[in-house]
Amino acid sequence: MTLPQTMPAAPEAWTLPSKGRVAMFSFIVAETSIFTIFVVAYLFYLGKSLSGPTPRQVLEVPIFSTICLLSSSITIHLAVHYLRQAKYAAFKLAWFLTFALGAIFLIGTGIEWNKLITVDGLTISTNLFGTTYYSLVGLHASHVTGGLIALGIVLALALAGKVNEKHEHHLDVLSLYWHFVDAVWVVVFTVVYVIGR
Amino acid sequence: MSSESLPISGLAGLETKPRPTWIEVLHEWLVTVDHKKLGIMYIVYALVFLVVGGVEATILRIQLAIPHAHFVSPQVFNRMFTMHGTTMIFFVAMPVLFGFANYLVPLMIGARDMAFPRLNAFSFWLTAFGGLLLYFSFLGGDGLYGAGSTPDVGWWAYAPLTSVAFSRGHSTDYWTISLLVSGFGTIGTAVNIVATVLSMRCPGMTLGKMPLLVWLNLVMSGMLLFTITPLTAAQLMLMIDRYMGGHFFDTQAGGSAAIWMHFFWIFGHPEVYVLIIPCFAFVSEIVPVFSRKPIFGYPIMVAATVCIGFVSLSVWAHHMYTIGMTSYENAFFVLTTLAVGVPTGIKIFNWLGTMWGGKIRYELPMMWCLGFLFQFLIAGLTGIMLGAAPFDWQLGNSYFVVAHFHYVIVGGILFALFGAFYYWFPKITGKMLDKKLGHWHFWLFLFGFHMTFDFMHIPGLLGMPRRIYTYEAGRGWAIWNLIVTIGVFFQAVAVLMFVFNMIHSYFRGRVAGNDPWDAWTLEWATSSPPPEYNFAVIPEVKSRRPLWDLKHPEDPDWKYE
Repeated sequence: MTLPQTMPAAPEAWTLPSKGRVAMFSFIVAETSIFTIFVVAYLFYLGKSLSGPTPRQVLEVPIFSTICLLSSSITIHLAVHYLRQAKYAAFKLAWFLTFALGAIFLIGTGIEWNKLITVDGLTISTNLFGTTYYSLVGLHASHVTGGLIALGIVLALALAGKVNEKHEHHLDVLSLYWHFVDAVWVVVFTVVYVIGR
Repeated sequence: MSSESLPISGLAGLETKPRPTWIEVLHEWLVTVDHKKLGIMYIVYALVFLVVGGVEATILRIQLAIPHAHFVSPQVFNRMFTMHGTTMIFFVAMPVLFGFANYLVPLMIGARDMAFPRLNAFSFWLTAFGGLLLYFSFLGGDGLYGAGSTPDVGWWAYAPLTSVAFSRGHSTDYWTISLLVSGFGTIGTAVNIVATVLSMRCPGMTLGKMPLLVWLNLVMSGMLLFTITPLTAAQLMLMIDRYMGGHFFDTQAGGSAAIWMHFFWIFGHPEVYVLIIPCFAFVSEIVPVFSRKPIFGYPIMVAATVCIGFVSLSVWAHHMYTIGMTSYENAFFVLTTLAVGVPTGIKIFNWLGTMWGGKIRYELPMMWCLGFLFQFLIAGLTGIMLGAAPFDWQLGNSYFVVAHFHYVIVGGILFALFGAFYYWFPKITGKMLDKKLGHWHFWLFLFGFHMTFDFMHIPGLLGMPRRIYTYEAGRGWAIWNLIVTIGVFFQAVAVLMFVFNMIHSYFRGRVAGNDPWDAWTLEWATSSPPPEYNFAVIPEVKSRRPLWDLKHPEDPDWKYE
C-alpha cells in the first residue's frame, strides 16, 4: 500500500544579510545618537553666551571644503564600483581622490580654527559658543580623521597591489562609514553655519 | 528520552589532550575569542563586582541602622553610595547580562560563534578595564591635590557637583573615564549581538522562529545603540568642562545644570529597560519549560518588547519632575511613563497564560521566576505611582524611590538572574547546582529581600530623603531603618551560600547530562559544556522548539506553526 505523499518543497537558498553591513549600520545608529546630543546642545546654547564673540561676528561659511567633502562621497562610491569590475587603475585613482578630498576638508577646518583662535580670540573656554562650536565641529573632524586613517591604510595597501575584488565587501562597508561622515557634515553645516549664524 | 540519540550531535570526536599547565590555561583565557569563554568571564567578573557592590551596600545600611551613627564618616558614606550605584549598574548588571547573551545567543541560533569574535573579546576587555579604572580611584584619585580619593558625586553625578570647583582631585575623572571606556565596550557588544542575530542564524530559523531570548536580546542591543552614546556624549562634555575650561554645565557662564540631567536620563531611563529586557528573556525561556507548555502569545511577546523598546526612549524626564518643568513637559512624560506599563503588563499576562493549565514543576529556576513575577508586578505598581507627577512631587528623592527601584533591580532583575543561573549552570559547567543549598539560598534571599525592601517604602512615605548621612531620633524612621538593615544580612548570607554552592557544585556536583530540564531550544542539543565549535553539524530548524520536534517526531511543532 502506498500512502499519498507530498514531496517536500525544494529547500530555498538560506540567505542572511551581510554581517559587515549590519554591524556598520548598527554602529552608525550609535554614532547618530552621539551627534544628536551634541547638535541639541549646540542649538540649546545658541545665543546664550554671556560674552562675545558671536557666530555672526566670526564664522565664515566654508563653501569650498564642504564641496570637497561631499564630492568625496561620489568618488568613494565610484572607487568601490571600479573595484567590483576589477578596474584597478581607476579604483586607485578614485580612492586617492577620496583621500585627498577628505584631507583638504580637514586642512580647511584647521585653517578656519587657526583664524578663529589667533585672529578672533575664540577658544573652547571663551564662551558657550566656543565650547559648543569646537566640540561639535571637533567631534565631526575627529570622525573625518578616523575615516582618513582607514582610507589611508587601504590606499597604502592598494598602491602595494594588495587590494583586489575579493576585498570589495570590506571597502563597501568602509564606504558606508564615509558616507555617514559626509551626511553628518550636512547636518552640522546646516546647524552651525545656516541656522546658527 | 535520552538526548544522546538526537541527530544534532555535539561532539565530533573524543579528544584526549594532556592536562595543560596553569600558565597555559591562563594564556588560553586571556587570548580567547570564544563566545562561551568570554561569556563566562563576563559572568565571573560581574559576580566579583556583585560582592564588592554588596559590601558597599552593607556599609551604607550599617551606617543608617540607628540614628546618629558614626560607623563611617560622611565623606566615606558619599563615596560608598556613589560606588555602589555605579558598580551595580555598569559593572554587575550589564556585564552579567552580556555574559548570558554572549553565551546563549550563538548557541540558541545554532551558530558556532558571534559574528565578530575578536570585537567580542575587545569589548569584554574594555568593560573589564573600565571597572578596574573605577576602583583604581581608591589609589589614584587623590591626584596631586590630596583631595577626594573616590568618586562621591552620586551615580548620576549632577552638575555642578562635578565641576572643578566642587570636585577637586581626579576622583570624578576616574568615574568619567571608566564609564566612557566601558561604554565603548558596550557599543561593541551591542553591534556584535545585532549582527549575530541578524546574520548568523542557522538554516530554517526565520525571525519568527527565533527563541524569545534571542529576540529580546536583539531588542536590548538595539536600545543600547540609541542610549549608550548619549551617555558617552555627556561624559565627553563633562571632560571638556573639567579639562579644557568649557562651559556646558557651568551656570556662571550661561551653561545649564538641567541639561546634564536630561542627557544623563536619556541614557539612564532606557538603561533600566536594557537591564530588565534580558531578564524578561530568561523568564520567557524558563517559564514554558517548567510549565510544559509553549510560550503563550509568542508574536504578542515580541511586539510588546519592541513596543517597550520604542516607548521607553521617551520617558526619561520622569526622573526630573521635581526640578520644575513646564506643565506640558510634565504631562507628556506622565503619559509616556504610564503608557510603557501597558506592554509590560501584556508580558506578565502572557507568562501567567503560559503557566495556566500547565504541568508546573517547582524546580529552582521556576521558583525564582515566580518570585520575579510577583515582585516585578509590585515594582511596576509603585512605578506607576511615581510616574504620576503630583505623586512624585511629594515623594521624589525619598526612600520610597530607593525602595521602588531596588524592587525592580533586586526583586525583578536579580531574581530572574538567579533563575537563569540555576537553569543554565548545568549547561555551562556540566554539573547541577545543589538543590538543598539552592532552597536555602532562595528562601533566605526571599525573606531578606522582603524584609529590606518592603519596609524601605515606609521611611520614604514618612519623609526620609535618600542619600542622607544620618538622621535625628524621634522622627519615626529609626525602627524601619533597623528592620531594613537586618534584612540586608539575610540577603548577604544567601548570596554567600549561592557563591559557595557554585564553587561546591562545580567540583562535586551531580553530572548534568546534555538536557537536564527536558528543554526545547538548541543549546540543550549539544553537550554540557558545549565543545568549542558548539555543533558538529550546523542544525536545521523548522519550528520555535527544535528539540521538541526531534524528541517527538510523531507530533512536531512545525505542523501547527
